[in-house]
Amino acid sequence: MRKTMTDKEYQNYVEKKSPNSNIVRNVIRAFIVGGLICIVGQFITNALRMRGYDQEKVAGVTSLLMILMGALFTGLNLYDDLGRFAGAGSIVPITGFANSIVSPAMEFKSEGYVMGVGGRMFVIAGPVLVYGISASIVAGIVYFLLR
Amino acid sequence: MDNVLMSYVNAFIVGGVICAAGQILIDKTKLTSARILVLFVTAGAILTALGVYQKIVDIGGAGATIPLTGFGYTLVKGAFSDVDKYGILGAFTGGIKATAAGIAAAIFFGYLTSVAFRPKAKR
Amino acid sequence: MSTKRLGNQTVKLQNPPNIVSSAAIVGPKEGKGPLRLFFDNILEDEMWGEKSWEKAESKLIRETFALILKKANKSAGQIDYVISGDLLNQCIAANFGLRESEVPFFGVYGACSTMAESMSIGSMLVDGGFAEHVVCITSSHFCSAEKQFRFPLELGTQRPPTAQWTVTGSGGVLLSAKGNGPYITHITTGKIVDKGIKDANNMGAAMAPAAVDTIVTHFRDTGFSPDRYDLIVTGDLGAVGKEICAELVQEQGYNISSVYNDCGLMIYDRERQDTHAGGSGCGCSATVFASFIIKKLMEGSLKNVLFVATGALMSPTSTQQGESIPSIAHAVSISTVLQ
Repeated sequence: MRKTMTDKEYQNYVEKKSPNSNIVRNVIRAFIVGGLICIVGQFITNALRMRGYDQEKVAGVTSLLMILMGALFTGLNLYDDLGRFAGAGSIVPITGFANSIVSPAMEFKSEGYVMGVGGRMFVIAGPVLVYGISASIVAGIVYFLLR
Repeated sequence: MDNVLMSYVNAFIVGGVICAAGQILIDKTKLTSARILVLFVTAGAILTALGVYQKIVDIGGAGATIPLTGFGYTLVKGAFSDVDKYGILGAFTGGIKATAAGIAAAIFFGYLTSVAFRPKAKR
Repeated sequence: MSTKRLGNQTVKLQNPPNIVSSAAIVGPKEGKGPLRLFFDNILEDEMWGEKSWEKAESKLIRETFALILKKANKSAGQIDYVISGDLLNQCIAANFGLRESEVPFFGVYGACSTMAESMSIGSMLVDGGFAEHVVCITSSHFCSAEKQFRFPLELGTQRPPTAQWTVTGSGGVLLSAKGNGPYITHITTGKIVDKGIKDANNMGAAMAPAAVDTIVTHFRDTGFSPDRYDLIVTGDLGAVGKEICAELVQEQGYNISSVYNDCGLMIYDRERQDTHAGGSGCGCSATVFASFIIKKLMEGSLKNVLFVATGALMSPTSTQQGESIPSIAHAVSISTVLQ
């Protein structure tokens, strides 16, 4: 009878036993879906530019429309299926940011509109705002000092 | 017309590469999607501050601004341009100002859709 | 001194309780799986006319409990205890599902091992003469479990191949002091085992060492060999955990591979139903046991079964704090004849 494995030995053994994600397949899917979502964004951008909107307005309206689409597809129960297929391809674009806001809000609606929908809306997206905005403030201060 | 076509090709390739990088991170590190999002927005902010991301945006267009790294880009670009206008205060006002449309849309549309729709079980 | 104990962790029941009734109600996905013909009721949708997933899970327990009594022709007043638990915080599915039952209630938490845990305690109550009739019942619900342990349903995430799919369903049994079997003859109660696995998407690997420990201890305590059983079934180790379990039990000198199966692999067609490593949740082992295994025991095609439900005893908080996953496995030995 062999002596039982140490924790470390067991963890290495599990590592060997566990099937890995099919990375090549997943990366190709993420590339294609992510690229297609960006093409949609580019289409909106180009259409707005043709109407003579200035750069700032184009950027604002594009992100607004992309977020609207992300939210809507989440509401229609489609975005999770897309995410299951595409992984990062639908997480990383800004539509995924909208998905991360709408999905917990929908889920916790059963806990009411204030603490459920309102309170849970930013459980995933909140950290993005915290770190993104903080990083931009730090960058701005450094820029101010070095200017 | 060639320019328009190229803008789609570039958006597809640059956006696809950024998402593919995210996928490699997910599969290799087992990071949750929440951490991926934070990582990307922060990376976008840093790369913009270093002057790198502007070059990617110049090539990729929406391919660079639609991924969350582009959110970090817009935040930092806004902060820089407000610092130019208002000094140190601009570091605090610029980021949110530049992303106001996106954040407000996310809150408002997010609220409306979650009120209007119900989650469904995965099959 | 206790006279009913064998070895370190096993008891031999001197008045073996009978499993006189059982019921299992499952969700639509389970109803499309290989065991669909064995379930009492298959839901058309996961909400079952309720306003929340949690309420739907309570209804699962309530209706399954009613069905167990109906099939045994018993009223709630004849039940001495109901022992129940589930995965939700503070076991609300069981608490709310059974609040109108008016039966003395023990709430237990053993994560996905709850079915075997409640049967263990229930059997000892019956054997000890403290009860004539005991109902042991548990449930899980894919949607309420995802909400509590993982991510919102509509969040677009990918599941790694080692992830398991929480079963929507409730299963339970009625144990009785009188009857003609199947009999619960031995109980091996597991210890908490933690081999340092931290990946909540690989719970089979986290739980496998607990199952190995309990199975090997069962053989040592009782002196039985694997060929006494025509089925040794673990709760919900899934594909990864099952393979690890079989190998490690073999290393300890017991070859169980010819009679070994896992409820997480039995309940779904993994390829067709895209459930990755297989099923999990309290409802997984409970519904498989209370439907397929009981029916096979009753009709005699199975004679001796070792039912080993496994549970991962972590919480979202402990996972976020970087803790590993402590696990447990409880074994219940069932026979159609008394030696």
